Amino acid sequence: MPNTEFTPSIPSRPTYTGLVSQGAAPAIMVADEAGAGALIDLAASDASVMDHAHVVLIGCGVDVLRTPAPAAVHEAPDFEAATPVITQLLGEARMGTQLYLAGSEGLIGHVSAIAFAQGLPLDVIQSEHRGPIARRMQCVHCKGITEDVTTDPFTCSHCGLTLFVRDHFSRRLGVFQGVCVDAETPGVVPETVEIRP
Amino acid sequence: MKLALKVTEVETLSPLVKRFRFEDPTGAELPVFSGGAHITVEMPEGDIIRRNSYSLISDPYDGSAYEIAVRREDQGRGGSLYMHTKVSEGDEITVSTPSNLFQLDLRARKHVLIGGGIGITPFLSQLKQLDMEQKPYELHYAARTRDEAAGLKLLPEAAHIHVHISDEGARMDIGAILDGQPLGTHVYTCGPEGLIEAVADQAARLNWPETAVHSEAFTAPPPGEPFDVVVKSTGQSITVKADQSLLEALEEAKVKVEYSCRGGACGRCQTKVTTCDGRILHNDHWLSEDERGAQQDIMPCMSRFKGTRLELDL
Repeated sequence: MPNTEFTPSIPSRPTYTGLVSQGAAPAIMVADEAGAGALIDLAASDASVMDHAHVVLIGCGVDVLRTPAPAAVHEAPDFEAATPVITQLLGEARMGTQLYLAGSEGLIGHVSAIAFAQGLPLDVIQSEHRGPIARRMQCVHCKGITEDVTTDPFTCSHCGLTLFVRDHFSRRLGVFQGVCVDAETPGVVPETVEIRP
Repeated sequence: MKLALKVTEVETLSPLVKRFRFEDPTGAELPVFSGGAHITVEMPEGDIIRRNSYSLISDPYDGSAYEIAVRREDQGRGGSLYMHTKVSEGDEITVSTPSNLFQLDLRARKHVLIGGGIGITPFLSQLKQLDMEQKPYELHYAARTRDEAAGLKLLPEAAHIHVHISDEGARMDIGAILDGQPLGTHVYTCGPEGLIEAVADQAARLNWPETAVHSEAFTAPPPGEPFDVVVKSTGQSITVKADQSLLEALEEAKVKVEYSCRGGACGRCQTKVTTCDGRILHNDHWLSEDERGAQQDIMPCMSRFKGTRLELDL
């Protein structure tokens, strides 16, 4: 399954150009189960990319990573558990280290935001979308984040407002922005539809 | 916007470099700025007004004065000589409000500042901003001799401020400076072209992203052979003197051209060329290689012309 193609949208909406090997440079790779497929394809294109790679797998085991052995593998059950590991890897990394992200938009956005906060220019982060197109949405009203949003509109899991799924994306926070859909006309809510790529 | 200020201090920092302090004559606060900003100083001489841009070296958050350091260029077209020989304490001086083409990227985890010679000037305001923001940085200042190193008097002594005097055998090793910096570092270089290129080459070799490599090379316009320029809208022919820039000649002839940095860095004065029988001597840092070759655009603040006819879309 290749990199997902998303419908062109506003400039705020992130795009993912796919992973391209930068050779045997030191690397940090973060993937979920679907994203591991992108790492396998990456290693198939250039096995040396794994020579100095630290791989962080979120929500899956090392058995999904059928590639030549990387320098180290770290497993974490979810974003919350993975965040300190990724922060530490980035904190110890030197200039020239490559960052490869693969999997859900939530994963790519979340890790990009951590790297961005550490001074890494966003244009050098490599990313490839694999797997479900569910979004991590932040409610612009209560600031709470709702995971795995697949419908538009959806209900904020924190404050209960009905939110419109926008393509407006916060690079600082790594999440899409959801806005109250019936603020002007309380109770008048458009029909719920599945979100599309 | 222009500010009419008073020269309140002139200090000789080295045989070739003087520091100038400008204050509002009524003691009013001046607009504050950001590290790396510059002002354009007006230098009237007879009928012409020369304008050179200089980096501010004072504290960006201190509105009581602006300070600049000027290196005397005896081969220049006279701007720095004017500052060195005609400007003294108590004089009035007109300057622009500050603008900045060399800002710090404050998202960086660490900043590495590399200044060669008089290229130390923009960093003097930047390091005050970095101190204020409590951002990690290191500064490297390279000069040929201690006597020439005008910046020494303006730099604090600190463990993260490194002085490299090549005559004392302490040449700056750019590879050693850049190698092993933490991920998220940005590097900034100001100084001779050779230094800027050397830092960019070394950064590329170490896989630094281009967006983490910053530089500023803007200098005063070079003198050259006189040439004529024709203004398309009026048919007026104007002679650009040897010690004048094209922009200054146009201004003297009351032809309005937008400008900002006057050093070939900001792109504001870009002007369309309607006829070019000859060769444009591009001295700017703005136009691309292709644009230079096409000879359809010119930066009047820096560039000159050699040939029979140059006509501008003005």
